[in-house]
Amino acid sequence: MRSASGLGWHLIRGWALLVYVFMFLPVAVVVLLSFNASQFGSFPMTGLSFRWFVELAENEAILRAFETSIVLGLLTSIISTTLGVLASLALVRYRVPGANAISTLLIAPILVPEVVLAVALLLFLNFLGIHKSFALLLFGHVIFTLPFVILVVQARLVGIKREVEEAALSLGANPVQTFFQITLPLMLPAVLAGALFAFTISFDDITGTLFWKPGGVETIPTQIFAMLRNSISPEINALGTVMIVMTVGLPLLGVAVARRLAQRSGG
Amino acid sequence: MSSVVLKNIVKRFGSYTAVHPSDLEIQEGDFVTLLGPSGCGKTTTLRMIAGLLDPSEGEILIGGKRVNDVPIHKRNLGIVFQNYALFPHKTVADNVAFGLKYRNVSKDEIARRVEEALNLVQLPHVGGRYPKELSGGQQQRIALARAIVIEPDVLLLDEPLSALDANLREDMRVELKRIQHQIGVTTVFVTHDQSEALAMSDRIVVMSGGRIEQVGTPEEVYNRPRSEFVANFLGASNILDGVCRERGAETATLEVPLFGTVPVPQDKAAGISDGPAKLVLRAEKLTLMDARADITGMIAADATVETVDYQGQTVRYFVRAGDRSFQAINMINERPFPEGSAVKIAFRSQDCAALPG
Repeated sequence: MRSASGLGWHLIRGWALLVYVFMFLPVAVVVLLSFNASQFGSFPMTGLSFRWFVELAENEAILRAFETSIVLGLLTSIISTTLGVLASLALVRYRVPGANAISTLLIAPILVPEVVLAVALLLFLNFLGIHKSFALLLFGHVIFTLPFVILVVQARLVGIKREVEEAALSLGANPVQTFFQITLPLMLPAVLAGALFAFTISFDDITGTLFWKPGGVETIPTQIFAMLRNSISPEINALGTVMIVMTVGLPLLGVAVARRLAQRSGG
Repeated sequence: MSSVVLKNIVKRFGSYTAVHPSDLEIQEGDFVTLLGPSGCGKTTTLRMIAGLLDPSEGEILIGGKRVNDVPIHKRNLGIVFQNYALFPHKTVADNVAFGLKYRNVSKDEIARRVEEALNLVQLPHVGGRYPKELSGGQQQRIALARAIVIEPDVLLLDEPLSALDANLREDMRVELKRIQHQIGVTTVFVTHDQSEALAMSDRIVVMSGGRIEQVGTPEEVYNRPRSEFVANFLGASNILDGVCRERGAETATLEVPLFGTVPVPQDKAAGISDGPAKLVLRAEKLTLMDARADITGMIAADATVETVDYQGQTVRYFVRAGDRSFQAINMINERPFPEGSAVKIAFRSQDCAALPG
């Protein structure tokens, strides 16, 4: 009986391990090959080298794409977080007519396939006679990062008792002081998490970006996509490694910071 | 310190009326309890005084000034909430100091007054800790310190003891009363617990269904209930339909089934007239006696014990007499009467009250 269930668990464990290996092996290979000295982005490895990272740093197009991605990500993050916090406050703390409908509408972009959203926005703006621009790209990114910010911030805000704010008001703080002294510090972990979400999602995005970007503007993902069409350069491996460090490392760092903040605030 | 006056106050939520037109005067320095079951409008009333809710009609005066249009942060009130509502991201000292920061108090003065307030609630050494490091009872003391350190005109307590466990609740009850006495602040206390209300209040406002049922000292509302609701909410009562035959200078004579004629002291029979009347028999004043016991000076009837609810020091009996059931809460000397035994239920006429029928 015991050995049978023991065997069952071993099988499940082994299976789970295989699934993870299947998913992460390619990523590991990319990271590994980015340090390959050979000029072909494939095995066998001929030696350890940073040359592809150096070439990456000297590639004008990639640097421009990198800059675009960072600026786009930061702006998306700032705008999305600001809007998301305001929307969450309105939905959770005030009685807004049609709050449910508004909430659904704001969350909807997560549910709609991104391609559909991308095409729809493009067609709509075409119909209005507005041309593709960086602002449009930013607008698109804000639309589909906003739900993530709202979901995270709203969940936190619901957990902040209204009485805590009422107590601050009763002690003489006006509503604005109460927000900055009480509400914002208490929801800061969620705000930071939302901002990070928005940044990484924007930084990672390719589907919407391909539709919305004006000619000549490339982000990192679209740049990789374009490079792949010509050849598989080892530079792509190096770029992939940089992307992994940014999109995995940054949220992990964020979570660590948020956890420390939360610990301090008893949240 | 200020008086609080509610003039014809009404609160409606959509088509639902939470508080029907009500008047209330709270004297300076008084400890007044709003008592009633959930949904009776007591918390709504408190929140209107606090400025957390706008009254639909009527006026609220604090210290003689109309405050309807004064926002909460300018009312200078101390509020203690049921769930403490301490600021989790601030230390205890910062929590207590919070209100002083908005009152142009110097840094030294803030430190001094925070220390004083923490001493008053008997927690002088916890200033550097965070609220979650304290027990529930300690957190509630800090919440109280935070509310009184600003020297509020009125102290509002919204069921501050109900989140505490039973023993602690009784300690805090004494503590709260001591502190209120010491600083003498006008206090409005909301609770659904009748023993809290009786133990702590100068005056009790009994509420039901959004209306004020009775206002009086604990002794008044307990001994001289003005309505069936009050008689039943403050302890259990047996209410008998009867007829008032005669009203003399000292007693009003009621005729009730089972017991016959009962002379009720006049001061406990206010507002009744000849004709239908109700006799209020408190469960604690109805004594079970052996069927053959001497009942001189008491009014009695034969009964059978139906249910015995043993509570250690006391016992709650449900007995049947005639065609109705009575509730009696008695002290126990030895052992309670067993279920099914034949007994006498007896009471003294001066322990009764009468209500209009």
